[in-house]
Amino acid sequence: MSEDMEEGGTVKKFMYMNRKAPYGTIYALEALEVVLIGAAFDQDVSLAFIDDGVFQLTKDQNTDDIGIKNFSPAFRALGDYDVTKLYVEKESLAERGLTQDDLMDLVWEDEDDDWAEKPSIIMVSRDEMKKVLGDQDVIMSF
Amino acid sequence: MAYELDGQTIEHDEEGYLTDLTQWSEGMADILAKDEGIEMTDEHWEVVNFLREYYDEYQIAPAIRVLVKALKKTMGKEKGSNKYLYTLFPYGPAKQACKIAGLPKPTGCI
Repeated sequence: MSEDMEEGGTVKKFMYMNRKAPYGTIYALEALEVVLIGAAFDQDVSLAFIDDGVFQLTKDQNTDDIGIKNFSPAFRALGDYDVTKLYVEKESLAERGLTQDDLMDLVWEDEDDDWAEKPSIIMVSRDEMKKVLGDQDVIMSF
Repeated sequence: MAYELDGQTIEHDEEGYLTDLTQWSEGMADILAKDEGIEMTDEHWEVVNFLREYYDEYQIAPAIRVLVKALKKTMGKEKGSNKYLYTLFPYGPAKQACKIAGLPKPTGCI
């Protein structure tokens, strides 16, 4: 990757796939950390939320009783890192009795458009998600 | 490993970052700054306070590029630049300023 960047400035499409609930395992937090670190490399980054992964984006998370840091506010910082595409699978939400209203209202600010706030969450069907995944150069699954 | 402040023991990690960020105080910031060889001015405080607010809101310490962008937006072009931040914190603004602000090392600080 670094060679490509030095030689031709190749931008690859990186997808981070999130399939697990936010707490109970370390996967969700680690994925987010990798995203934040990887954002330094100026690639075309997007995230997918599938299966229990959709719980990562639910609003009003409260972790006081489990003694773990609530890291969900960090999703709101993703726009600052130029990570502006968060694909959420509609079927995964519906199967868990959730709708988009249960998710955080995540936006990014477009510096080239007078800091206008634009939505980061993109709702896609299972079929559309397959296509999104098919378009990627690199997929990392957590 | 720990700092001493007003008879209190305040733990830090091997790089000097506070273990428990609730133990931070302005007095603690002065000690941390001295360790970094930095004399705190209003301009330093501006950045440190900004970082604390950022962490409070997002629960992460921003990477340098994100810090620059955010400062540019709230404080204008002159202060929202790498050059300005490096003048204040010569050994890495995100790293040094985060340490003084009592925050963990920035995620994506490479």
